[in-house]
Amino acid sequence: MGKFKRKIIQVCSALLYNAYLKGFITGRIYRGDLKFICAPGLNCYSCPAAVTACPLGALQNALLSLNYHIGWYILGIIALYGVIFGRFICGWLCPFGLIQDLLYKIKSGFKIKKSKFTRWLAYLKYFILIYLVIITPLYYAAPGFCKYICPVGTLSSLALIANPANHNLLNMLGFLFANKFIILIALSLACIICYRTFCRFICPLGAIYGLFNKINILGVKLDNNKCVNCNACIKTCKLDIKHVGDRECIHCGECIKSCGYDAIYFRKLKLNLNFKQDI
Amino acid sequence: MGRLQVLILILAVIFIIAGILNGSALDVLFKASNICMECIGLG
Repeated sequence: MGKFKRKIIQVCSALLYNAYLKGFITGRIYRGDLKFICAPGLNCYSCPAAVTACPLGALQNALLSLNYHIGWYILGIIALYGVIFGRFICGWLCPFGLIQDLLYKIKSGFKIKKSKFTRWLAYLKYFILIYLVIITPLYYAAPGFCKYICPVGTLSSLALIANPANHNLLNMLGFLFANKFIILIALSLACIICYRTFCRFICPLGAIYGLFNKINILGVKLDNNKCVNCNACIKTCKLDIKHVGDRECIHCGECIKSCGYDAIYFRKLKLNLNFKQDI
Repeated sequence: MGRLQVLILILAVIFIIAGILNGSALDVLFKASNICMECIGLG
């Protein structure tokens, strides 16, 4: 599958999650029943155009509501997306992934290549997942990631604040917003020189989906019988993978063209009634 | 699909149904239908 096809799917999914374009004009968010559905990718529900909920925001909210009931719904949704897509979502269905892909296309003097350091830094997103997404809501009663880091939420706030209908929000800007705005700018600049900085080092949703990457139904797969261990796929990949389809792989399929032995292909959905493992 | 995938799929569906029944799905709808002040850096 070509790069162009992936871009089209990324744009379509971004439009699908943000189909309430009228929200940009009115400055009001969509409040319909579709917000019952969580989008697979990172897409803030406070974006004026968003018609779906954010899985990461919903997860933190479920942890905040743990005194009332267990958030089975969001756990089920994440498990469902994880087992079907895994990090295929990051490569194909995440609007912020698309933004990062476009930022990396901006020509700059130098680009930071993957290294042992970036591979080590990739563990940072697991720390963020545990501390800001799980511990902070449970012990400090705040959605830590949304409140202190999420650049998608900051983009949403810019879309809301830019609308004259929301001029009252301008009076509420303070340290938290300044902090998040600086993070957004820093991440945007970093994405120009370092491919998918946010996905690789920060995104807790990618960290969760990465845990499903060995068993996800859709995505790239390496045929060990054809592979000659030339590592052309790993050299081509801009992410911190150790092998095709591991937890850092976003299943973009760029490696398929680099393989001279046709050992990499996209998994197809097939139901094996004998329940033999197809991984 | 292997046994593990089918098992997780079934569990995921059971969790979603349980979530609809226990009200956690409504929590998602309620949260998403209002501007999240923390998310936009104002709360």
